[in-house]
Amino acid sequence: MILTRFHKYASPKYFYSWSLKLRPWLATACVLLFVSGLVGALFLAPADYQQGESFRIIYVHVPAAWMSLFIYMVMAASGALGLIWRIKLGDVMARASAPLGAWFTFLALVTGSLWGKPMWGTYWVWDARLTSELILLFLYLGYIALQGAIEDRRIAARTGAILALVGTVNIPIIHYSVEWWNTLHQGPTVSKLDVPSIDTTMLVPLLIMSLAYTCYFITILFTRARCEILEFERNTSWVKERALQMEAV
Amino acid sequence: MINEQFFAMGGYAFYVWLSYGLSTVILLLNAVLPARKERKLLLAIAERSREKATIK
Repeated sequence: MILTRFHKYASPKYFYSWSLKLRPWLATACVLLFVSGLVGALFLAPADYQQGESFRIIYVHVPAAWMSLFIYMVMAASGALGLIWRIKLGDVMARASAPLGAWFTFLALVTGSLWGKPMWGTYWVWDARLTSELILLFLYLGYIALQGAIEDRRIAARTGAILALVGTVNIPIIHYSVEWWNTLHQGPTVSKLDVPSIDTTMLVPLLIMSLAYTCYFITILFTRARCEILEFERNTSWVKERALQMEAV
Repeated sequence: MINEQFFAMGGYAFYVWLSYGLSTVILLLNAVLPARKERKLLLAIAERSREKATIK
């Protein structure tokens, strides 16, 4: 019962219509989260006692870095759905998430080095955290290149899913790199829930910004997924109907 | 609240504002371009299916 229902909502046609209905809500949530997060990040949070105002980079750096890992998990998991259970929407989601993951990884690297320069005195060091995050960027770029190089969509999706699944080995390496190796990168501040090493006025904006980034990711992921669906289902009658309907409006 | 001191960011203005600026530009572009692509795709599909209908 639940399974048939899942298959129904995961069919490209149903996904198209329910994701469209969700769009205005997601977009509104994004705007509200970003506005409140930024007010907290730039105005309400006090300057750090060691890093001064430069620590405010945390509010664009950490959410981007979290997203770079989270999106990779989404990409690998949806790739697996497509690979193992032949769920078309899985392939679609995997393909749609890769460019977003790559951009968030890029942002994490760039904002990180912009934070590193004033704090560590260098834009880049070849330490465990930074290097493994760079490898993550290459994994995303490899996946995207693979999708571009293979014309048959099904073969591209299958090969991509295998690449993504093999690459998941990098995810725990990135996450634990600051604990396993000596590195310039500071240790985790937030995940130590028992002893929070960050003040509430600093922590709340960080959590809101992370929610904003997550909400943004879902919104854009759905838009990208709808584009994928339009491309490969363009000859079906429901897509033509939708297109004619939209044109009439 | 928004004054010279705010923009100076305690001497870290370059690093802070470049981080925020780049993030804003990249996130905005990634939001606008797919939305525009979706619209274009729908318009192209609509046009093609209308053409086919008139040929019949």
